[in-house]
Amino acid sequence: MRCSAGWLGKRNGKEIEMKQFLSFIRKEFYHIFRDRRTMLILLGMPIVQILLFGFAITTEVKEVQVAVFDPSRDVATQQIVESFRESPYFRLVEELDDVESIHTIFKYGKINLVIVFGENFAENLLHTGEASVQLITDGTEPNQASTITAYASNILADYAASLAEQGSLPYQIVPEIQMLYNPQSESAYNFVPGVMGLILMLICAMMTSIAIVREKETGTMEVLLASPMKPIYIILAKAVPYFVLSILNLVTILLLAVFVLHVPVAGSLVSLLFVSLVFIFLALSLGLLISTLIDTQMAAILASGMGLMMPTMLLSGLIFPIASMPIALQWISLIVPARWYIEAVRKIMIQGVGMEFALKELGVLLLMTAVLLVVSLKKFKIRL
Amino acid sequence: MLKYLIEKEFKQIVRNSFLLRQIVGVPLMMMLVMPWAANQEVKNVQLSLIDNDHSTVSERMVQKVVASGYFRLTDVSENDAQAMRSVEAGSADIILEIPADFEKTLVNGGVGSVSIRTNAVDGMKGGLGSSYLSSILSDYSADLRAEYPGMMTTVGENLPTFSVVPHYAFNPHLDYKVFMVPALMVMLLTMLAGFLPALNIVGEKEAGTIEQINVTPVKKFLFVLAKLIPYWVIGFVVMSLCMLLAALIYGIYPTGNLLTIYLFATIYILVVSGMALVISNYSDTMQQAMFVMFFFVMIFILMSGLFTPISSMPGWAQAITYLNPLRYFMQVMRLVYLKGSGFAELLPSFFALGSFAAFFGIWAVVSYRKSA
Amino acid sequence: MEIERAIRVEELTKRFGDFTAVDHISFSVGRGEIFGFLGANGAGKTTAMRMLCGLSIPTSGVGYVAGFNVATQSEEVKKKIGYMSQKFSLYEDLKVWENLRLFGGIYGMSGRAIAEGTDRILNELGFAAERNTLVKSLPLGWKQKLAFSVSIFHEPKVVFLDEPTGGVDPVTRRQFWELIYQAAERGITIFVTTHYMDEAEYCDRVSIMVDGKIKALDTPRNLRSTFGVASMDEVFRRLAREAERKGD
Repeated sequence: MRCSAGWLGKRNGKEIEMKQFLSFIRKEFYHIFRDRRTMLILLGMPIVQILLFGFAITTEVKEVQVAVFDPSRDVATQQIVESFRESPYFRLVEELDDVESIHTIFKYGKINLVIVFGENFAENLLHTGEASVQLITDGTEPNQASTITAYASNILADYAASLAEQGSLPYQIVPEIQMLYNPQSESAYNFVPGVMGLILMLICAMMTSIAIVREKETGTMEVLLASPMKPIYIILAKAVPYFVLSILNLVTILLLAVFVLHVPVAGSLVSLLFVSLVFIFLALSLGLLISTLIDTQMAAILASGMGLMMPTMLLSGLIFPIASMPIALQWISLIVPARWYIEAVRKIMIQGVGMEFALKELGVLLLMTAVLLVVSLKKFKIRL
Repeated sequence: MLKYLIEKEFKQIVRNSFLLRQIVGVPLMMMLVMPWAANQEVKNVQLSLIDNDHSTVSERMVQKVVASGYFRLTDVSENDAQAMRSVEAGSADIILEIPADFEKTLVNGGVGSVSIRTNAVDGMKGGLGSSYLSSILSDYSADLRAEYPGMMTTVGENLPTFSVVPHYAFNPHLDYKVFMVPALMVMLLTMLAGFLPALNIVGEKEAGTIEQINVTPVKKFLFVLAKLIPYWVIGFVVMSLCMLLAALIYGIYPTGNLLTIYLFATIYILVVSGMALVISNYSDTMQQAMFVMFFFVMIFILMSGLFTPISSMPGWAQAITYLNPLRYFMQVMRLVYLKGSGFAELLPSFFALGSFAAFFGIWAVVSYRKSA
Repeated sequence: MEIERAIRVEELTKRFGDFTAVDHISFSVGRGEIFGFLGANGAGKTTAMRMLCGLSIPTSGVGYVAGFNVATQSEEVKKKIGYMSQKFSLYEDLKVWENLRLFGGIYGMSGRAIAEGTDRILNELGFAAERNTLVKSLPLGWKQKLAFSVSIFHEPKVVFLDEPTGGVDPVTRRQFWELIYQAAERGITIFVTTHYMDEAEYCDRVSIMVDGKIKALDTPRNLRSTFGVASMDEVFRRLAREAERKGD
């Protein structure tokens, strides 16, 4: 950082600038490495997230806790209950005696499904055709409720089919279902690209903006700007360590995904890395933009938290499908960079299609990067 | 003394127009936008159709599928390869292929098969999409049977049947917003009573202003209390505001007792404030505090059952959730808000949250030292 | 006589691991005295001052401030002292009167005493027009004067000033020292660190710390004659040259 007058005479300006630049980068690395805790979290966060998303967070329904209300207690109801007992998806945990408890039992939050048989079930089944089963699910978790209802209806349908001795109803349409790209419906396939987008956004945009604003707030930025270093290099030097960190995280995520979660990189690794690089640059310029607009760390944290992390989690398709959102939100999601990145990664990494199918995403990302970079550099100059 | 300190905190919050806007604006935005965005409902699935039959039966089938509202016919392909390209390009999520002579087979043999291929990168979307499609198809076959009662069975008239009546308790229309709204309030409280005070305290540390307070006779306890109280007040006001908004906009009213909600919110606020203090005691910079906080809150949220049911997690993960205070409060809020559970039913969560509050409270006190 | 000593320190020591920051220092300061506490950076001034303010517990030795033991009665000590540092003294996002109100309140002054004191101080300083100004928009010199007034707002027995005039122009420094003299006349003991040797000349007595020890303690005049030099500046340089520790 300090450059003595003697050097100036011997070496040309460019070389000295380079030296200064490198020493600045070294300083930034010191800042990061000295703060062990933040360092640990930066490196640990992707690991924990990948493991949680890979193993703990699943929407797959299993071990549905079932309670039965069976006033009939005849052959038919017992056969049905038996087939639920045999299913690996259901666990019969309670038999209810009174109608009251059908609804109150949900209030303890333990039971997911109550099967309610009508009275004289077997008799109605054979003679009047008015036998009925109610499947009461806890609708407060909508997707779980509809999946449970679908599973339970399947078991009942099988039972109904077994009643028809020949087992052959007319006009049966049998769907043959095939799950493309992800035959086991592993949620990891969906989450890995999402986690990549989230982490890169977090490290590049959020960290960079806070790091720059921090120097502004403590007044050390003034000192740096007063040095012979060109301002743009000061900012670049701040971005370099986070760039390195995010590459490190990217590699960690990919390694974990492939070797621990067994999510293959189905497409070209080069295309994947290229798209990721573009996204990293985009996130860095976003961080730079935020830092030029904001003066306090608290504000930077809130702005990047609310302005970046929230939209990234909500509107990028990471957890919530964009297609199900109201049109207005779908429009807004178009300006969320992570949306395009995650989409591109899904295509290239999971579906294994070539770059030509992700051209739209790549184009949008490039355009966004260019715009952000121009705007933030302009702002940066004005602020000086 | 406390009065003056609290006065100071309020003034500082009010004067920080950015912070104030966030405190008021974020909850509003969360209430207005998040329920629409945080929606795992599967709708508008893009359907690619390969109809090799072109018969009345197949055309009516497609009409029925589209009329269901879950699917949008975005692509009609001649063959497999073409349909797959649509999936790869992202303009189709699910392919429905109807074989040639489908109608003929169905009428003669009774069983016609169709093929459904779905993009399962998003496993849930793929799974729900294909199961919606199959249930529409089975409804359609029931329609067909009803139209030709003469062909009711191949065996005879008296096929023993029963009806299955699905009923979704507490949320008959399976509105996803019902699921999310109480959970959003939990997130808000976590942010307001956890994130903000932690950052505030570390901020004074970083600015050095805390030194100044340390040389005054102010008890550390009072100083911290004065920092927490404004956020507690804001937390309650914002939560009440959110409940009002939820009722006005979404018609989601708390079914249970409001007092129960406030009681648990109070305990929960103590828990997160305790966490905030512990983190601020160990952090020297705001960046550090924020990352530690972010890290844990992220894990807490993912493991709280906010998006995905805890019962779906593997055993070890479920065991971990018992150490997650968010899990209890999330559960309590949904139970009270949506199902009207009373205090008696929530006793285990009450003790759990109470223990967390005590634990973090003691830890915060022990880890703080005013002088070294 | 014991009561009259505002600060009494005997063999006060602070170690951090192997490093002895403050090494058996002893001195006492009388009531209403202006005591200059000098030393190069890293000599141990700040650590010593932190111990006297009850922020740091001594490893050994005893210190009494306003009659209370700094190790065992630090809370009592804090009620009797004021403190002002160059780095921070006031909340920048509070108005002038709000800062006075806050610190008055912290020291348990009544609402009325605060209101009256505020008027008096603002008039004395000629700040009446700035009553509702946010502190961050005041010039540095004004801030420092205000900070000093805040630090003696509750009439403490002793006020600790940690480089109070850093970065302030000579005219303002002069005005600042007027305020210090006025406070001393009212019987407030002033304990001040500074890097300006002309300010050291204003003190009743001066101590100079080198490597954790007090190397010299006397009136500025006596120090000059002992060392046979013309100014405090030279006294300081002579002593500081012996230092083995590196400043920061």
